[in-house]
Amino acid sequence: MSGTGARRWLPYLLLLPGGLWLFVFFVVPMLTLASTSLQEGSLQSGYVLTWRIANYTEAVTAFREQFLRSFGYAGIATLLALVIGYPLAYVIAFRAGRWRNVLLLLVIAPFFTSFLIRTLAWKIILSDTGWVVGALKTVGVLPDNGRLLATSAAVVAGITYNFLPFMILPLYASLERIDPRYVEAAQDLYANAFTAFWRVTWPLSLPGVVAGTLLTFIPAAGDFVNVRFLGTPSQSMIGTVIDSRFLVVLDYPTAAALSFLLMLAILVLVVAYVRRAGTEELV
Amino acid sequence: MAASTTARRTGAAPAATTAPGDAGRSLRRLWRAVTHNLVLFWSALTLLYLFLPVFVVVAFSFNDNRGRFNFTWQGFSLKSWLDPCGAPGICPAMVRSVQIAALATIAATALGTLIAFALVRHRFTGRTPTNFLIFLPMATPEVVMGSSLLALFLNLGVQRGFGTILIGHILFNVSFVVVTVKARLQSMDARLEEAAMDLYANEWATFRRVTLPLVTPGIIAAALLAFALSFDDFIITNFNSGNTITFPMFVWGAAQRGIPPQVNVMGTAVFVIAVAGMVIARLVRGRR
Repeated sequence: MSGTGARRWLPYLLLLPGGLWLFVFFVVPMLTLASTSLQEGSLQSGYVLTWRIANYTEAVTAFREQFLRSFGYAGIATLLALVIGYPLAYVIAFRAGRWRNVLLLLVIAPFFTSFLIRTLAWKIILSDTGWVVGALKTVGVLPDNGRLLATSAAVVAGITYNFLPFMILPLYASLERIDPRYVEAAQDLYANAFTAFWRVTWPLSLPGVVAGTLLTFIPAAGDFVNVRFLGTPSQSMIGTVIDSRFLVVLDYPTAAALSFLLMLAILVLVVAYVRRAGTEELV
Repeated sequence: MAASTTARRTGAAPAATTAPGDAGRSLRRLWRAVTHNLVLFWSALTLLYLFLPVFVVVAFSFNDNRGRFNFTWQGFSLKSWLDPCGAPGICPAMVRSVQIAALATIAATALGTLIAFALVRHRFTGRTPTNFLIFLPMATPEVVMGSSLLALFLNLGVQRGFGTILIGHILFNVSFVVVTVKARLQSMDARLEEAAMDLYANEWATFRRVTLPLVTPGIIAAALLAFALSFDDFIITNFNSGNTITFPMFVWGAAQRGIPPQVNVMGTAVFVIAVAGMVIARLVRGRR
């Protein structure tokens, strides 16, 4: 019957439009990026593919600092987001009762104001004349001429803030799936609250921790908005360099090499991390 | 931690059987109360941290600012709310963002839903690579995705503008739609469809009368997510916009010159509309 033949082709038909879109505008651009990164020339004479590997070594030597800073900032921000977000995810999952949906809405709601506008609001909050700086000076944490704006601390705080929900939501999703009877069982077996958490709840929430840290780390490493608004050029990250090389300096090969390296570095980190978490801790 | 362990060990010593047990229990109760409240306290602080910038955005939409900057509080005023289009270019940028988000949502929801159906409902060769292809854009930093598209457009000599922004937005939204609709399809009870087939509904009738109504909430959720992501996208847009200015591009440009309070008005309005929409949706669903 013709029906069985049609059925065999149906999945491919369903995949075709979306798959084609992803192929033409994701896979092909990645290949173009790779080929651009191996070109040589100038904007005036045009860039030609000469398989110039030196673009990579030169880019790394020139922008090593920005690379390291990006991964450093992203790493610290991810850890901070985990420490800040985990208790809230825990409360929503186990202790919120009928307020659960309201609290979830409260976690998402701030993100209905544009990302850029919220970051600009942090610029007001952390400004030299603002109350945060004033309070920190009174307590003595900041010296009299100290400031928060234009420091690494402000940039990391901004990044942490921006990607916090990407941490909280997956944490909540995996905490919510834990059967509270496991924790009760641990306590019946004379585990104190801390031990019960550390030996039962935390290991069971690890899939959420892995998902949350990846969802926070990846966009954080490529960010350049927080540096622009809350930092100075001396805190510039790799995203800043890629942005300006492509759009201002118009040095496409270097920009492409940096972009491709960022992608590779993140892929390697992600695979290593997932494999480690996967074999040793996840189930 | 070490101290409490040793305390419990001595408490379990056979010399005193009842009293230390009671003390241990009340200590444990105290510890539990402290940790529980600590967790609640910490969570309240986290929510405050999440909302602090929103309060500032709302407050500064009412600022009676003078000059180009809107960074210090100078008194209450409704002037920006009464003249939301007062900053040159802000309203056209807003309209453009809504247009792009609407078009990108329609296209990405259609493409992504079809893929989700193929992945959940069919076994076919090439499923694993397809899943990988869907996952990759979500694991790619936006700078890389934006700059690789730019590299393509530069190499092909394509003029950047509305169309190239739309292409980028559809691209990053497809994966999110697939994941959302897939989750809904996977959680559906396949027996409902089998029952319809048993009752002599043909495949098309089953799809239209059983499957589609059941998946619709997932498709709506995916579309809302796609709209929100597209409306707020800056990084990919920044690489591929040419001279076309969306709302985030307007804010980015204004940040160099001084932000007009109308930006805060728009930010507040979008926030209020989105939250109200979510609350209404929840109430409607709760009533049903």
